[in-house]
Amino acid sequence: MTVDADVARRRIEELLRENETQILHRWTLIAKASSEELSDIYRALLTSLEHGGDLADMRGLLAELSRSRARQGFTPADTARAVFGLKEALYEAVESDGGPEALRGFIWFSRLIDDLGLFTFETYTTARERIILDQAEQLLELSTPVVKLWEGIVAVPLVGTLDSARTQVVMEKLLQTLVDTGAEHAVIDITGVPAVDTQVAQHLLKAVVAARLMGAECVISGIRPQIAHTIVTLGIEFGDIVTKASLADALAHALRRSGIEVIAPKATRLAVRTENV
Amino acid sequence: MDRVPILKLGDILIISIQIDLDDQSVLALQEDLADSVVTHGARGVIIDITAVEIVDSFIGRMLATIAATSRLLDAQTVVVGMRPAVAITLVELGLSLGGVRTALNLEKGIALLDHVRGATS
Repeated sequence: MTVDADVARRRIEELLRENETQILHRWTLIAKASSEELSDIYRALLTSLEHGGDLADMRGLLAELSRSRARQGFTPADTARAVFGLKEALYEAVESDGGPEALRGFIWFSRLIDDLGLFTFETYTTARERIILDQAEQLLELSTPVVKLWEGIVAVPLVGTLDSARTQVVMEKLLQTLVDTGAEHAVIDITGVPAVDTQVAQHLLKAVVAARLMGAECVISGIRPQIAHTIVTLGIEFGDIVTKASLADALAHALRRSGIEVIAPKATRLAVRTENV
Repeated sequence: MDRVPILKLGDILIISIQIDLDDQSVLALQEDLADSVVTHGARGVIIDITAVEIVDSFIGRMLATIAATSRLLDAQTVVVGMRPAVAITLVELGLSLGGVRTALNLEKGIALLDHVRGATS
């Protein structure tokens, strides 16, 4: 660092210390944040400048500020603007000082504050990204239940958009359930899938063929009219795979295939008779 | 070279694959099986692959070939006990084993053969 720059920098530090109350007050007005938070940051800034510019403490406090303001519903731009407000607050002190050192120092200080402002932005983005990652993981775990509908019949109600990773999880879970329960019939219900494109259809077909290889029959149910239309328009062939409009139809089909007859006599009670195959 | 034993149960032949198959054993198995089907006049063949953890396209084709051979000799083939990972691998390889019947386990495989024969006879 040249002597000039060093002098300028020291002048700024002096200004910051001398006019602490005034600058802090002005900053609070500009940033519209609580004065305790800002004065903590202000003091941390002074200490780190004294200790030769180690900004670790400062960054910690700024990260905290960024988080708390994000929780209060401020955008990251608001937070960064609040930090930039310190420049404006200091400028008044620099103006009244009027010396060339103070002006040169202000440029240096301005760059420092820019960095810190961008740092709050970065903190915000990192926190956001972590939340998104966590949620994606939770979604993957939560959204793939395999339910038993009847002895020997299991169903997978799929909800949400299907991508390769999710279909892989669903497929593995379904096949493992087939092994564990010895179920011979599986129903894949896609009522909750918003759209079916060629890729999703491909994934579904793979799941069905894999289940068939293991010795289980797969029925796809819950195909809504628009989706049926899309599938036909895309020219996707489901071949000899059984498809049903609703889960109830699919269950009835699976029951029939496993030789179970559901009869509804005069009363509303259901009687179930199992035939030995 | 390891040979896979072929067990006879009534008019059904049961093959349980419990070793890592190399190409030689596969070819030997195909020949042995064709011989046995003719000798015993078997009507059904069950291939149990519960213990098989890794498959490649060669094994996949072996299953299809055995099924085709047996069908020529008037015996139905059922592959039983396929693991999920194996099933996924076969699908990814593009082998859907068109002409092969499958069942979840040996018991269900035998039931399936009985059912099929009941329907045809």
